[in-house]
Amino acid sequence: MATALHLKSFDVAVIGGGMVGPAIALGLVRRGLRVGILDEGDDVLRVARGNFGLVWFQGKGSGMPAYVSWTRRSADLWPDFAAELKQNTGVDVGHSRPGGLELLLGEYEFAHRQHYLGQIFQQGGGAPYEVEMIDRKEVEALLPGVGLGPDVVGGSFSPIDGHANPLYLLRAMHAEFQRLGGVYLPNHRVASIAARGDGYALATGNGAVYADKVVLAAGHGVRELGPAVGLDVPIRPQRGHILVTERTAPILPLPMSAFRQTAEGTVMLGVSAEEAGYDDRVQTGTLHDIAARARRVIPALANLRIVRSWAALRVLTPDKCPVYAESETHPGVFAIASHSGVTLAAVNARLTTDWIMDGVEPPEFAAFGLGRFNVQATA
Amino acid sequence: MFKRLHEAAETVTVEFEGERLRVPAGETVAAALLATTDAATRTTPVGGSGRAPYCMMGVCFDCLVEIDGVPNRQACMTVVRDGMRIRRQHGVRGLGDPA
Repeated sequence: MATALHLKSFDVAVIGGGMVGPAIALGLVRRGLRVGILDEGDDVLRVARGNFGLVWFQGKGSGMPAYVSWTRRSADLWPDFAAELKQNTGVDVGHSRPGGLELLLGEYEFAHRQHYLGQIFQQGGGAPYEVEMIDRKEVEALLPGVGLGPDVVGGSFSPIDGHANPLYLLRAMHAEFQRLGGVYLPNHRVASIAARGDGYALATGNGAVYADKVVLAAGHGVRELGPAVGLDVPIRPQRGHILVTERTAPILPLPMSAFRQTAEGTVMLGVSAEEAGYDDRVQTGTLHDIAARARRVIPALANLRIVRSWAALRVLTPDKCPVYAESETHPGVFAIASHSGVTLAAVNARLTTDWIMDGVEPPEFAAFGLGRFNVQATA
Repeated sequence: MFKRLHEAAETVTVEFEGERLRVPAGETVAAALLATTDAATRTTPVGGSGRAPYCMMGVCFDCLVEIDGVPNRQACMTVVRDGMRIRRQHGVRGLGDPA
């Protein structure tokens, strides 16, 4: 007979229902496995409700060529991933890939960006890096009629960059997961993970859950859960703010790292980084700084009213690169952590399954382990 | 169309799409419009479908109208004023429109 025990036994239990967990779980459930997503309630940090929505390539992976490659692979998989979600769930996640810009104020910012991106190119050892520095005139050609502020000297452009609606993405991934037979378990905060037979028993706020393999994809929760299963992931919260304007006529044909216009017409303004622990309250001063820079870049944005703002906490590793690691002490328990949950959703859904189930690692994963953080601890 | 429960002691005169309306002083533009017309007071930016005031508390943005030449004003958050000129909000505002 089907019992509660049976219902809560899985091939793989994925802990975390945000951007990373459901993407991983999608790949697993598509392979015909019994997969459960264990999530908490609505009263937790919920980082995946605070995303900006960039599917972003340029500037990522400084110091780690593998992250450049992994990000590019995800950006390349995104169009097909979005099309499949739309076809199977009816949810249009609003993905487009018109290329992306970072706009730069003054010669210092331009030189700094050029140097930074140049380093990423050089670390690739001659691999193509599809990002170019462009001058003001070239920016104007990409943004006809927008009207740049006098301090804009140019920007960096990548044809790989794009954007999507992160809330629709979250909804579509959950819908597709459940359509394929995945089991979503809210209010299942995991208190502990213990070896049991060939698998693991998870004590949750809603009874025990059993699984052969366990994926920790709980964002900030990984910090708490990981050490007991040999996965000490040194992530920290970094607060970012977002402002949303009233809807306006389509004016921004492509996303910028600090602004993007949604399909519905709102302009989202972002990019701030603060070390504030787990305090995700909005700071008026930060909102002011974001708005002030926005009007220096595109003065006409000052005409738009702000209708919403929020802050959320990035899941940041010390080198800002992702973690994909299997425990050495608890085989079959994995940790995945990244602040780029939207960008990496496509590659997480498509290319991590073989690693989790068969131990076949994508070539990039040698760089994504925990060893890089533990030089002193393991000495 | 909504009916008012009480007669107003004081009224002001506003214009809606060029038509003069006497409405109770102190009420919101959204309330005045609901008591004036059943028709949509705006069209949506993407689908172009009709909308009218809904939440009446500043949250849903379905009551957007143009007030005294300024687009996308929240009618439910704006109190009527003598001489106010109100028009339907058709689709999106332009970036260069007055704020």
